[in-house]
Amino acid sequence: MDLKLDHHTNDGIEVVDVEGEIDVYTAPRLRELLIELVNNGYYQLVVNMEKVEFLDSTGLGVLVGGLKRVRAHDGSLDLVCTQERILKIFRITGLTKVFGIHDTVDEAITARKAEK
Amino acid sequence: MPEMTTVEVSFTALPAHVRTARLVATAVARRSGVDEALLDEVRLAVGEACSRAVEAHRLHCPAEPVRIALTDSAGRFEVEVTDTGVAAAPDDVGAATAEPGGSPHLGHGLGLAVIAGLADDVQISESPAGVSIRMSWPAVGLGR
Repeated sequence: MDLKLDHHTNDGIEVVDVEGEIDVYTAPRLRELLIELVNNGYYQLVVNMEKVEFLDSTGLGVLVGGLKRVRAHDGSLDLVCTQERILKIFRITGLTKVFGIHDTVDEAITARKAEK
Repeated sequence: MPEMTTVEVSFTALPAHVRTARLVATAVARRSGVDEALLDEVRLAVGEACSRAVEAHRLHCPAEPVRIALTDSAGRFEVEVTDTGVAAAPDDVGAATAEPGGSPHLGHGLGLAVIAGLADDVQISESPAGVSIRMSWPAVGLGR
């Protein structure tokens, strides 16, 4: 299983759907997409990780890098993830405190809108 | 039946091969009788160790292969990932791979943190010849 990336606008927020494995080989593609979105003026991002089968520290680094980029424009990067195997990686690295992690895309968007 | 069984894989230091190493390690772990609930941890920890080794080789000796040995012995499934490239501390390796002016590459300090959080037992040894990461999990030895 390789990495599949897609994105669409939902209620003014850009939702990035990630499917497959994010590792040292595929993570550069996610990094490039996040950079491209920010360069095109999308600063409110939700990364949907419900179909991610594998995530390593390289992938975590790309997500943190994306967060840094959107924050430079007063933006946000929230995650959607309910899979225990993926959440565990955020917990052992302490990154659950850095990202907003939600159960559904709708919940992530609602929470983001409420903060504005 | 042998007391100990070993599978060794040697691969060119390319990120694309790290997935292969993960798949082999997971298959051997399963065969060694590592609990199904631990296989995700084996897969991730082995992937982190191989990613670190691949990055080290790409910086210092791209022609040299990365070695991984998977051993089932005495109720333990042991993985050893050896790089022959660099004696630098893991954090130095991480700093060296940071993208100039780009997003923060968290470096392999984070990868090692993930390994430490996942493996049952981890030993990292450094010598002038390179870095070796050994980690192990309990196994019931079905492979023998």
